[in-house]
Amino acid sequence: MLQTSAAVTETDAADHGLSPEEYARICAALGRAPNVVELGVFSVMWSEHCSYKSSRRLLKTLPTRGPSVLQGPGENAGVIDIGDGRAVAFKIESHNHPSFVEPYQGAATGVGGILRDIFTMGARPIANLNSLRFGSFDHPRTRYLVNGVVAGIGGYGNSIGVPTVGGEVYFDPGYNGNILVNAFTLGVVRTDKIFRARAAGVGNPVMYVGSKTGRDGIHGASLLASAEFSGEAEEKRPTVQVGDPFTEKLLLEACLELMEKDAIVSIQDMGAAGLTSSTVEMAGRGGTGIVLDLDQVPVREQGMTPYEILLSESQERMLIVARAGAEDIVRRVFAKWDLDASVVGRVTDDGLLRVMFREQEVARLPIDILTDGAPAYDRPAAPPADLDALQELRLDSIPLPGDYNKTLLALLDSPNIASKAWVYHQYDYLVRSNTVVEPGSDAAVLRIKGTHKGIALSVDCNSRYCALDPYVGAMIAVVESARNVVCAGAAPLGITDCLNFGNPEKPQIMWQFTEAVRGIRDACVALGVPVVSGNVSFYNETEGRAIPPTPTIAMVGLLEDIEHHTTQWFKGDGDAIVLLGVTREELGGSEYLMLTHGLVRGTPPWIDLEAEKQVQRVCLAAITEGLVRSAHDIAEGGLAVALAECCISGPHPGCGAVIEMEGAIRPDALLFGESQSRIIVSLRRRHLGRLRELAADANVPVTVLGEVRGRRLVIGPLIDVDLAELRRTWTTALPRRMES
Amino acid sequence: MRARVFITPKKGVLDPQGKAIEHSLHALGFSEAHDVHLGKYVEVSLDGLDSTHARQRTDEMCRKLLANGVIEDYRFEIEE
Amino acid sequence: MRWGVVTFPGSNDDHDALYVVDHVLGADAVALWHKDRDLKGVDCVVLPGGFSYGDYLRCGAMARFSPVMESVTEFARAGGLVFGICNGFQVLCEAGLLPGALIRNRSLQFVCTRVHLRLEDTDTPFTCRCTRGELLTIPIKHGEGCYVADPSTLEQIEQNHQVILRYVDASGRATPDANPNGSLSNIAGIVNRQRNVFGLMPHPEHAAEKLLGGEDGLKLFQSVLAAYTEGARQGTTSVAPGH
Repeated sequence: MLQTSAAVTETDAADHGLSPEEYARICAALGRAPNVVELGVFSVMWSEHCSYKSSRRLLKTLPTRGPSVLQGPGENAGVIDIGDGRAVAFKIESHNHPSFVEPYQGAATGVGGILRDIFTMGARPIANLNSLRFGSFDHPRTRYLVNGVVAGIGGYGNSIGVPTVGGEVYFDPGYNGNILVNAFTLGVVRTDKIFRARAAGVGNPVMYVGSKTGRDGIHGASLLASAEFSGEAEEKRPTVQVGDPFTEKLLLEACLELMEKDAIVSIQDMGAAGLTSSTVEMAGRGGTGIVLDLDQVPVREQGMTPYEILLSESQERMLIVARAGAEDIVRRVFAKWDLDASVVGRVTDDGLLRVMFREQEVARLPIDILTDGAPAYDRPAAPPADLDALQELRLDSIPLPGDYNKTLLALLDSPNIASKAWVYHQYDYLVRSNTVVEPGSDAAVLRIKGTHKGIALSVDCNSRYCALDPYVGAMIAVVESARNVVCAGAAPLGITDCLNFGNPEKPQIMWQFTEAVRGIRDACVALGVPVVSGNVSFYNETEGRAIPPTPTIAMVGLLEDIEHHTTQWFKGDGDAIVLLGVTREELGGSEYLMLTHGLVRGTPPWIDLEAEKQVQRVCLAAITEGLVRSAHDIAEGGLAVALAECCISGPHPGCGAVIEMEGAIRPDALLFGESQSRIIVSLRRRHLGRLRELAADANVPVTVLGEVRGRRLVIGPLIDVDLAELRRTWTTALPRRMES
Repeated sequence: MRARVFITPKKGVLDPQGKAIEHSLHALGFSEAHDVHLGKYVEVSLDGLDSTHARQRTDEMCRKLLANGVIEDYRFEIEE
Repeated sequence: MRWGVVTFPGSNDDHDALYVVDHVLGADAVALWHKDRDLKGVDCVVLPGGFSYGDYLRCGAMARFSPVMESVTEFARAGGLVFGICNGFQVLCEAGLLPGALIRNRSLQFVCTRVHLRLEDTDTPFTCRCTRGELLTIPIKHGEGCYVADPSTLEQIEQNHQVILRYVDASGRATPDANPNGSLSNIAGIVNRQRNVFGLMPHPEHAAEKLLGGEDGLKLFQSVLAAYTEGARQGTTSVAPGH
């Protein structure tokens, strides 16, 4: 018997983030109006965050298959086979809006959420990365947000014992009103022990494990993630969840222990939209139905209503479909770890979500309407009116610097380029004893115990390039992340993407999104790298101003032999310094242009996917043949900055370099331009011949720039700076700004 | 019965949090603030005890768990 | 020799300690569950790093009351070897098996980095394979590692040569700049009076393989093994050297 409550109106639907068309669609599909509990369920399941209604169609164009792909998008994480009976499960997710509202808890619960997505697949998490974007330092809120977010990521990640081994941090006024916190986790799982979230087996018990349910975050998914900010950040505070990493650690250990036994059919974590989304998604994937008895749900507040219980986003909870008869096994393992485990429902064959409360049926909804039946929009897309003006950049209008040393130092002092040690020393990057290359190089490298292999991880996106040309910018994000893992000695294996954009109901934003997805697709196809998981975060806008389009890419690479791991800094005097690739005369979107001329203009650097592929191939071959002692890709700040980083980013006192400058292009483009597909390697001279051979076979230009020598960085007649000064500038840039 | 427990750092023990808070207060213009210390406040509900017994049990809780005698002092109030 | 590594709810580096003893040292290692009083006949108990009980209330404040800690206390009083790392050091201080306490880092920030340590005393089972004055490079990763004790306690532990490791700079000087957390007298690790219980904030289990950045921490584990072997040769059951 369906309990009817007060009649639901279109206004109620609007308050729940549903448009009049969507509401009409719901009524038509049900053949009646939903009651208030059911409206709550639709509001979260049909929200942008859960249904991907504005992005679903486009995301289907991404390449998601490959010979090693064991699980593509559609489950809680993607899974790729790495041989030796093992696979890696990984995903990246955003927690942008909550982090802007309450930075510590927003970032912390972001980490907690992505961790659960990994261990729910049966994989033990072994590495976290994060991509953070803040406003500029002259914005009053920036320092507060940076402190809170970094403390929150550390507070949660360190406590739960998963090392945070890498990431990126950017500062740009475009994020002043809307920061980005994208959290990535990777775990290792046996290929024959991958767990999926598919409710199967009619009559099987549905069990709830973990923390008690409270009133946290109700409507976090639909309201926070699916709507813009309008200056009321303080009032949105009650909808932010509070994380408990201690409980999550117990949950992690208990789940992994339980998964060793034969008691679970499937498992999913309760994340955005809590009990509702995990129940509906599990039933949807299994083609079954689920009946829930809310009286059995452990609650920590008095008098919670069905609506509240269903929509609560209390953290650290999992939903398990156990084998009938295995309930006691589940309870025993969880009791060992002092956690609650209760049967809260059963799998049915009626394809319905039925919710019971005080012996009354309070909701009855067909699963398929909630999942497949959710809208999938083809929103209109149109480029911004000022695109041509934005992309125009006449180099002859840009004066050359007066003092190149000063320019280099200014770039090293720029927050986007400066050392991020202030950030990563707040993270435990050692726990679990797998970290072979720690934060501070192009990519983190971890060993895989029990094998000779390793994995390399990098997360990248230059949103300035994306603002100028989202197609090219997104392509570059993919190739740059691949280049980074290659420099660490790994072959790119697969990516997960976090697509952060403004309001998709605006045609220019939808255009940015469409172009970015196209860019990711083309780059992935060219590199032969699938997209196995990802996340879309829309509505990153404050008072109508959108963030720059930010398609963040996290790349996972595989080292067949962990001994080939490579770091970016020079190793010894006398080594030759070689450039693979070609420098073009281009300055569009460069950090140099922004810093010294205050401009974000032009087109992003030219990208030739085939040339990029060859450069990566040569670098990887050189590394695996043991020819190379360091490898570093050229990114923001160009060649001069990359060389400086090779000199100073390793252990004290560092290695100087003497470089000859040769080039027909203007010197600032040569030194600071951000041409793509370039890698600096250093190697013993006796290996130069072989490197040239490898490069010639692949049509990759090779230039000997100079050699590692002394304690200064000397580049032609234009740059001559003491390493100590370079290092001091680069290492103090961020702490200085954080402490003032 | 409700016990309200106040735990404070012992005099002479380094209190970096207290110092940081004092610094921030000064930066906000509260130049009169000094000797700032950060402590903890714990509330415990107790059932079925008379007030003497409640005081005794609360004192034991403090000695045993709630305060670390090496670095902290404590005091408490019992409310009906 | 058999090693036991305790797992409290929230312990993280138990895995790492077990891995070093098992894989690197090649010794017999067992996991000890916090709810079990049975120490399984181990010769050395390791209390590992991590966030037992979430570090709630105070680090180690709740873990010290675990059933296993009753046995560890007995074991320690009888001369058994106890090796407390980071959170383990915090538990030992809370349990009164070591003097003093660990409070919040002076910088108020969690810090993960490698530090230089000076080996102050080799007359312990944990450092007998080291050289007095030698410098070890070992990682720290903690938010509450500032060692404090009242002046008379501090004087006593210095006089009794109970300070085993001190934070120093690359030249071996115990300067304020070399002190990562504000610990009094740059103290990084101490033993009890009987020298069978050792607590240190740095993580030797994270400095036990070249592949992962260095092996200086291995010396501490090797010392214990050597002390045990020597003790076994001499037919003594408890390894605390006379003092």
